[in-house]
Amino acid sequence: MGVKARVLIRPKEGILDPQGKAVERALPALGFEDVSHVRVGRMVELEAGDPDEIPALCEKLLANPLVEDFEIEHLDGDG
Amino acid sequence: MMFGVIQFPGSCDERDALAACERVGDARLLWHANRDLAGVDVVVVPGGFSYGDYLRAGAIARFSPVLEAVREFAAEGGPVLGICNGFQVLCEAGLLPGALLGNEQIRFVCRQVEIVVENDRSAFTAGLEAGQRLSIPVKHGEGRFFAPDDELDRIEANGQVAFRYAPGQNPNGSARDIAGVCNEAGNVLALMPHPEHAVDPLTGSTDGLRLFESAARALA
Repeated sequence: MGVKARVLIRPKEGILDPQGKAVERALPALGFEDVSHVRVGRMVELEAGDPDEIPALCEKLLANPLVEDFEIEHLDGDG
Repeated sequence: MMFGVIQFPGSCDERDALAACERVGDARLLWHANRDLAGVDVVVVPGGFSYGDYLRAGAIARFSPVLEAVREFAAEGGPVLGICNGFQVLCEAGLLPGALLGNEQIRFVCRQVEIVVENDRSAFTAGLEAGQRLSIPVKHGEGRFFAPDDELDRIEANGQVAFRYAPGQNPNGSARDIAGVCNEAGNVLALMPHPEHAVDPLTGSTDGLRLFESAARALA
């Protein structure tokens, strides 16, 4: 039983995010007029036997550090 | 003269690439799980959706056994051509600079474009002239070439821009209209447009054949 973690991956600041833009443009049609700065990323949940390895596996595989930032949340208990 | 075309699970253009190579030399497929390049003279990393493009296009393929062999082959100066998904794989593998992001307009694009030869020094462009225009189709959803500005300046200064979309024809929002790049040594080159789909008059253009002919001549 490893340590549960959640990795949030998002496009780096300043990089055009067409998915986010599309979502943002769709919202007013549904009556949500005041929403901005929508960014669409990915979320990965995992269990790691050695949690110290998580940053390295994020850098090497889960995110492309050239274009994406990632954030690791450690989940307590059953998460 | 033997071309080797890599076949990943999810590749879909390896047969066209094979057929294009066979117009100028011999060619064989190289299965992704084999570390062995079987002594080929040129490696082609074809288009498609390697490993389903899971996570990010090219992200998983770069860890495949065959890519280890390609990495060694490239380090020794062996010519490597990446096409579309092959471009994404080579960027993910760190063999080429930059990254390919989702098209600016979100839509998948599938159309004929004109590209301009920028660098005629690589094996794949030696038979072309800088400034020459080629008509070649693109078909991709994630072809927006991106690198930070300082990296773009470095790529340009090193002459690593191999092809640019002709003015007004950038189909995906690529930085500085870049359609293809090469490594510093010039032996690894990749582009988003599909030269292997432009080798027969039946499909409208034979301009893509020039890249394969060029490699065959450079190595003859």
